[in-house]
Amino acid sequence: MKFVDEFRDPNKARALIREIETLLPQIPRADERPLQIMEFCGGHTHTIFRYGLEQMLPGAIELVHGPGCPVCVLPMGRVDDCVALAERPEVIFTTFGDAMRVPGSKKSLLQAKAEGADVRMVYSPLDALALARANPDREVIFFALGFETTMPSTALTVLAAEREGIDNFSLFCNHITTVPTIKAILDSPDMQIDAFLAPGHVSMVVGEAPFRFVAEDYGKPIVITGFEPLDILQSLWMVIRQLAEGRCEVENQYRRIVPPEGNSAGLEAVAKVFELREFFEWRGLGSIDHSGVRMREEYARFDAERKFPVPSLKIADPRSCQCGEVLKGVIRPWECKVYGRQCTPQTPMGALMVSSEGACAAYYQHGRLAVEAQRGQAG
Amino acid sequence: MNGTITLAHGAGGRAMRELIDTLFVGGYGNDLLAALEDQARLELDALVAHGDRLAFTTDSYVVDPLFFPGGDIGKLAITGTVNDLAVGGARPLFLSCGMILEEGLPLDTLRRVVASMKATADEAGVQIVTGDTKIVHRGAADKLFINTAGIGVIPAGVDIRAARARPGDRILINGWVGDHGAAIVDARGELALDNPVETDCQPLSGLVEAMLAACPDIHCLRDATRGGIAGVLNEFATASGCALHIEETAVPIRDTVRGVCEILGLDPLYLANEGKLVAIVAPEDAEPVLEAMRAHPAGRDAVIIGEVTESPTGSVILHTGFGGERIVDLLVGEQLPRIC
Amino acid sequence: MCLGIPGQIVEIVDHENLLARVDVAGVRREINIACIVDDAHPPEACVGDWVLMHVGFAMSRIDEAEARKTLALLDQLGEVEAELATMRASEAPT
Ligand code: SF4
Repeated sequence: MKFVDEFRDPNKARALIREIETLLPQIPRADERPLQIMEFCGGHTHTIFRYGLEQMLPGAIELVHGPGCPVCVLPMGRVDDCVALAERPEVIFTTFGDAMRVPGSKKSLLQAKAEGADVRMVYSPLDALALARANPDREVIFFALGFETTMPSTALTVLAAEREGIDNFSLFCNHITTVPTIKAILDSPDMQIDAFLAPGHVSMVVGEAPFRFVAEDYGKPIVITGFEPLDILQSLWMVIRQLAEGRCEVENQYRRIVPPEGNSAGLEAVAKVFELREFFEWRGLGSIDHSGVRMREEYARFDAERKFPVPSLKIADPRSCQCGEVLKGVIRPWECKVYGRQCTPQTPMGALMVSSEGACAAYYQHGRLAVEAQRGQAG
Repeated sequence: MNGTITLAHGAGGRAMRELIDTLFVGGYGNDLLAALEDQARLELDALVAHGDRLAFTTDSYVVDPLFFPGGDIGKLAITGTVNDLAVGGARPLFLSCGMILEEGLPLDTLRRVVASMKATADEAGVQIVTGDTKIVHRGAADKLFINTAGIGVIPAGVDIRAARARPGDRILINGWVGDHGAAIVDARGELALDNPVETDCQPLSGLVEAMLAACPDIHCLRDATRGGIAGVLNEFATASGCALHIEETAVPIRDTVRGVCEILGLDPLYLANEGKLVAIVAPEDAEPVLEAMRAHPAGRDAVIIGEVTESPTGSVILHTGFGGERIVDLLVGEQLPRIC
Repeated sequence: MCLGIPGQIVEIVDHENLLARVDVAGVRREINIACIVDDAHPPEACVGDWVLMHVGFAMSRIDEAEARKTLALLDQLGEVEAELATMRASEAPT
């Protein structure tokens, strides 16, 4: 496959790893702790585990798997709202497959479906709109989920619904934003991360500029990164080079996809339909200011939250859950007290066990070798 | 034959008699069934001639839609049960067929399914010798459910078990992985993919026979259906306490199946197959078995995909084409697309 | 998350609503191309374009020259590596 296979070439990987090994000793370090580099995006986490990148890297590099999985960080109360909407008899509730299994306080969408709710998996919000067109006597709700990458598609779908006058279509809007969240991580007192890999597909929409504050205000190198394994290795090499040369700036490894200015048509649609919320609740991280969007007043009739009653109850994360500390790199996933005991992919307690892109689930399912190797190193 | 299934077809009267005579007895066409006793009577001598143990299995088939690219529920109902027998080393001989029909099912649909069952049974060298049909009210079942049970005979000396994988053994597969799963992932059209992949649904009895002829001492053999080859490999690893190492680049995956997986964020190792088996054999037997597989139509694209070692015990480890490795664990639930 | 993959636009299905058919390794699907068209690059110019698609929308036109540049840089690293390795090997005996 073009633009895919070339970026999975093991020979180039070996060269990059050797380059990284040569650069590492040049990085001035005050203490002996490993370099912590956070990949924000769950897509990166997935690639890292799928290709076993962690074991290929020198031990002095520790990858911290960030909160960039919109399914994982969705608070239980919002899942309960989904279930409540889906259980209305007139509703066809449409969602990406990712969200089907996320547990709410009582059940997941998959369980609601088993109990008779009309829940359907779609590939695109356009498919949800097509369902609305085909079922004028039903109310079709699309579960709008995801970061800035996904916002243009749902915004454009709402605009299409408006244009066509389809009024039995609405969004349950749970879009979240990356930039305030990276800022919240950087502001937390126990944060020790040395550099960041920025989400490539978010950047393709928002451009390079929104990430400048990471370098300019916080002095941390950040590289916009693609999703193939070579992309990730190259970006690691780029941040390490910045650290070795004492630079910190925004660099763009993913130029083939990410134009510096982002995608203007997409941003325009987003600005038209959505506005920032004061704050949004994240599972594991708590409330973060301006980290989510809702639909503007002008589009209220396409807003499921305004159209139907939703319970909107806040459900606190279980006390024993240490997701916040894992997300900030303070502890590693397997150091959480409940990891692998009360908290497993079958019975997730915390956000990071919920989807295969969550750090805890990824270690639990694919990373046993890495865990054993690193435990060995620590002991 | 036009019309639809009605409750009269299950009432024991003339309508039922006609259905059985024309559709099933005519459709499956063999003397044992045509005798129309309440049971099929099988000659013991004929069975003993094939080996020293009976293999006996059953499975039920519920798929929607009934017809999908490259196959249908009838073909699936034969191959599924035949393959469960074959991977025990048994030569499959006789099947039963129970059907639950929903009132309103077009008779023509039923006839197509029966024809497909007959053709597949002939290909697999088995006979459908007894059966049962029930009709349920509209809504009490979804169109058509099939159960088949099968009897086969295991030749003396053949001892195929999941626990028999040994360090040094080679792991073989008979061809492309994930076709069935990729073909039916959007068979209902909800994901709006225009997808050329067809199911790999095929009986494996002939292939297994050819493999046993080349090497009677096959250690492990299973067909990789739901849960994909990842599921079977994990069963072998757990039962034998060995580690199974798989070379990612050796696993044959069609471009189109990769396309479906990339679009939906799926892993082909977990996609269902309906005509694929994974075999584990001693290192010295690997080449002869591979050759025998390639000589058979159901094994034309057979390859060696990996090797068994001692540790880490009970694990399946994938050596990625990129130079890393990872554990291939069992799925938690059904594999769902990973999109947003 | 944010799963996006490269595909090639093979035809424009609906000019008015900006829908195109995209091909990914032989699998096809209809996608929306509103985010990659403008006056300088109208829908009819999109046929043959390689795009990054995400949830049924083309979100970026892939820049082939940039892709080649990235790969060329990595190739170079590989060559330097190979040279270093030969140098090390030739020095080793002494
Ligand atoms: S093990 Fe569970 S509770 Fe602990 S950090 Fe991971 S997801 Fe959170």
